[in-house]
This record gives sequence, C-alpha cells and structure tokens, in this order.
Amino acid sequence: MTGTPPEPDPTVWSTTETSEGAQELSTRGGTGQVELGRELGAVLRLAEGAVVDPDDIDIERRDDDTMIINMGPQHPSTHGVLRLMLELDGEVVLRTKPVIGYLHTGMEKTGEELTYVQGATNVTRMDYLSPLHNELVFSLATEALLGVELPARAVWIRMLMVELNRISSHLMWMATNGMDLGSTSMMIYGFREREMVLSFFEKTTGLRMNHNYIRPGGVAADLPDGWEDDVQVICDTVFERTFEYDELLTGQPIFRERTEAVGGITAEEALALSATGPILRSTGVPWDLRRTMPYLAYDKVEFDVIVGTYGDNFDRYSVRLNEIRESIRIVRQILDLMPAGDYRVQDRKVTPPPRARIDESMEALIHHFKTFTEGFRVPEGEVYVAVESPRGELGCYLVSDGTSKPYRLHIRGPSFVNLQSLPVLLRGGLLADAVAVISSVDPVMGEVDR
Amino acid sequence: MTSGEVEAAVVPARGAPSPGTAGAEASPTSRPPVPVMPDVPRAAGSTLDQVAFPPRERYHDMVAAFRDAGFELCADLCAVDYLTHPGRRLPEGVRPERFEVVVNLLSLSLHQRVRVRVQVPEDDPQVHTLFDLYPGVDAMEREAFDMVGIRFAGHPDLTRILMPEDWEGHPLRKDYGVGRVPVQFKAAPGPR
Repeated sequence: MTGTPPEPDPTVWSTTETSEGAQELSTRGGTGQVELGRELGAVLRLAEGAVVDPDDIDIERRDDDTMIINMGPQHPSTHGVLRLMLELDGEVVLRTKPVIGYLHTGMEKTGEELTYVQGATNVTRMDYLSPLHNELVFSLATEALLGVELPARAVWIRMLMVELNRISSHLMWMATNGMDLGSTSMMIYGFREREMVLSFFEKTTGLRMNHNYIRPGGVAADLPDGWEDDVQVICDTVFERTFEYDELLTGQPIFRERTEAVGGITAEEALALSATGPILRSTGVPWDLRRTMPYLAYDKVEFDVIVGTYGDNFDRYSVRLNEIRESIRIVRQILDLMPAGDYRVQDRKVTPPPRARIDESMEALIHHFKTFTEGFRVPEGEVYVAVESPRGELGCYLVSDGTSKPYRLHIRGPSFVNLQSLPVLLRGGLLADAVAVISSVDPVMGEVDR
Repeated sequence: MTSGEVEAAVVPARGAPSPGTAGAEASPTSRPPVPVMPDVPRAAGSTLDQVAFPPRERYHDMVAAFRDAGFELCADLCAVDYLTHPGRRLPEGVRPERFEVVVNLLSLSLHQRVRVRVQVPEDDPQVHTLFDLYPGVDAMEREAFDMVGIRFAGHPDLTRILMPEDWEGHPLRKDYGVGRVPVQFKAAPGPR
C-alpha cells in the first residue's frame, strides 16, 4: 500500500477538527511505548520494583478497544475552561490529558508593562477565588527587593484578610464540590456563607473580588469601624454551620460512597508531581507553608495543620472543611491580637501621602504625582517568595532591573501545577467519578492559564 | 561529584529579615548551606535562599545532587529573557547569556529552598530536562518552552501549553513586542 495516503482514522476526527495538534491526547496506535508509559504514570518516583506493573500499562491494548472522548472546555463541571481528553475502556478511565490555555491572557507579560503600584491589580485577577493571596505574594516579593519593614498592624491586617479569603475560597469549593456530587443544598449553603465574607471584603476594600487591597508597602486602607463585630459574626456563623455541613455531607452514605477511595494518590506521587496544598496534605504530609516556613505573623498564632491519610476525595474534602475551622481559629486570635498603628509603611518613596496632605505640602503633591505616574524604583535583584494559598504553594519569582516596572514577573500557580496530578487521580476510576475528582483538585482556570 | 568536601566557595546567606514578618527575631537566621557541588558559584538571595549558578553541562547533575541531598519537590521552573538587561549582577566566574532557566527546589525535611539559575545562550537555547528527576516539571517546562522558547532535551512531550499549537514566536521574549498582534484569532490573515 505504499504511495497512497493513509486512510483518515475515524477515531481521531475530533482531534483534527479542533486542531490543538500535539497538545492533545493521541490514540494508542500513535503513541510510543515510552510515551504511553509516561501517560499512565509509570515514571513517577516510586519504590524500585513497584515502578509499574506490566499488566497495568496494557501496552498491547488496541485502539478499537478504547475510546478517546473530549470533555470541555465548555463543560459545566470543569470549573472554567478546562478541557480534558480521556481514554476510556467502557466506563473506566485509562489515560487523561488536560489541555489548557483557553483562558490565557498573558498576565505575566502584562505585568512587565505595569509599575509595582499597578501590579497588584494585575495579579489579583489570576486566582479570582483567592485574590488577596495573589496580592500578598506579589507585595511580599516586591517588599523583599525593596527591603522595607512593615508596621505590625499592616502585617496583621494582611493576615486577617487572607485567612478570611481562605474561608471564602474553601466555602466556594464546598459549594461547587457539593454541586458536582449532586448536593444542591450544599451549593446554596456554600454561596450563602461566602457572601458574608465577600460583604465584609466589600466594606473594607470597596470590591467583592479583585480587591487591589494588599499593596507593596502595606494595605490600601485601614479596617472599617466596627470590623471586630463583623468578623465576630462571620466566625460564629460559619463555625456553627460547618457542623451543619458535617450533618449534610460528612456522615451521609451516598456522599461517602462517592468520595471514599475515589481519586487516590500517594505521598510519593504527590511530591514527584510537585502537588502542594490540600492534595499533598490529604496524603498525610504535614506541609503547610504557614507552619513550616512562616511568613507574616503566622508563627504568633496557634493552629493545626490538617492532614489526611489515604489521599482520596474524602480526605481532600475533610482537609478543606477542617481548614475552614482552623482559619476561623486564627481569625479569632487575630481579633484579640490586632495591634494599633499604621496600616502602611510611612516611607514617602513607597507609599503615596494621604490625600489631605496634598493641599498643604508641595512635596506631598510631588510624591503623590510621582508614585502614581512613574511609580517607585525597586533595587536590582531577583527573589522567589511563596505563600500558602487555599490551593497550595503560590509563588512569585520577581526580577527587577532597577526601574519602576518588574523586569520579569512569574507566578507559580498552584492550580497550574496541581492539574498535573489529574491523570494519576483519574486513572482506573469511573468516568462518572471524574467530575468529582476534577472538583477535588480545585483548579481555578484564571490561575492555570494566567 | 564533590559533595562530601568542605565547601569553600559557598557564600553564607545574609541575615536579611524575611519579608513581611513584623519582627526579625522570629524569622530564621542564616542556614547552613547544603554541601552540593561546592565549586559551583553561589550567591545569597534576598530571602535567605541559596542561589547556585551551575554551567549548563552540570545543571542536570547539580539538580540531581540536590534531590539526593533532600530536596524532594521542584516548586517552580521558569525562564527569563535578559535581552534588555544584560548587566545583571552575577557571581565571579559566571558568564551572562541571554536566557536563564530558574529552578526553585524545596526541601520538606530541611525546611529550605534553593534556587538554581543556569545560563542558556541565545544561539542554542537548550538545556537538559529535569523530567527524569521531577516528573512535576512536565507542565512547567512546557510553559517555559511555550513562553520563552527554551528547548528541554529529553522532555517527553515538549509542546506548547498555553498558546495555540500553531502560534509563532514566544510571547515572554523581550523582542516579542507588546501589542504587535492586532487580531489574535486563528483565521486572521497576516503575519503573527
């Protein structure tokens, strides 16, 4: 049959139609043995000998035994525009490949064109469910290069806000996870409680999301009058209601059936795949940057690092539910310990003067003008700073060439990296559980694609 | 490998305060450097991290040595294009090149971070992949390839990850130009 073009393979028509080409999952026939082994997770650093079971790899399986289906990017349960290509044998998932980039907006490139003053407005839009963590890591990186020391109140306000943000993010996860598993009540409850936190954010920062509140040099504004009462109400209400969630989900047989022993991952696999956050902790590794590499003032508050045992969906659920309680515990301590003082650093080269000073002082006017037009210059250097976002290690690699704009801004998004564990989590499970497993990874596509 | 010897060229980390802590007394002071390849130039980063600058040929070996020394997790890998900022500060004996691949390793047992910065020349933008050491760099190396155009030799699936497959150019290069592309649709005519 030499000389004639190959017959179009009917199983790959969808692949050619959508034309993402090599980014897509190829058929078994078109995949080499090494590549197939990799996609089946054989390269993970496991104990010698247990690396891979030849029966497990199933190289001999032919194309017509299996089927590649496409899920997303416009699928209601992929949490955004995640596209998965799944190879199925009947109902069992064999191989998975996430295809991403549908929400790519070049935010790292945009960050190079914005000054450090404007930069927080850019990064806050990456992980839109925990915007304050993004602002925090960008600000910490900038301040590390600047070498400024923050006033104590700014540090504690930041801690209060990011812990509340962790609560709202985990509540949002509880809601969507409940929805994916068919518990519509949980969806309504999760959004209801999250709304309380967002209302407080709106009161404090002016916006419900994308706050631009944590900035290099401190925070944008002091907490509003009576914030203690608002926070107290949030703590009491949410804490009480976590026990309602227990009643609704934790002890419920259907929920347990659908989450226990579904989407399992071992600690070795999670570490090898650079997975962090609740995925890593659900395997029993007590790694939480707040505890192990404290930033802000996390070494002055008491909290427990929640770990699981089996690394399955249920453990990831329990880790997040209990992290809500731990965050409430931290917030309650912050209520007692919040110091008085400035909420931003009183260095006129970094912080613009208050609006009222502009009418009185020529120097204040110049500083104000310069800060918002040119921005402040950051000494040459490079730094990597990481914080524990609700999804894992959120890192910022910042290179400065001595001007007022970052030379290179790289965000290490936990969702982006954690998404790599999906093929391992899904392998061998049922397609019906795939939705629940995707949800348990908690990807935020704004951060994956940036 | 000379990992057993006394480290001579290692500069101990400066006692700078870690960012964002209210008091410097709570932050960890300088940590003992990990004795991996002590002849490779080092510097101390702004946040007490060690930064190592191996030559390209020893990059893979050095990361492997760090992994054996207890750095279990590759936290981050990215590439930087230094086209318009060539005069950056580098330790003695490191020749600046246009590109740099930056790897951030994390040790859960030692509670330490270490950064490996390898210089990659413009005419041959290629380094060895770390995929055999850390399977988790799969997506990160694809991103560095997609955005900056660094090729990772031995990477099993080096395809674009964020940009469309038929995209021309690497957006995070400094000569790529912002706003150069008027309409970013696949079917749009004209050069990209």
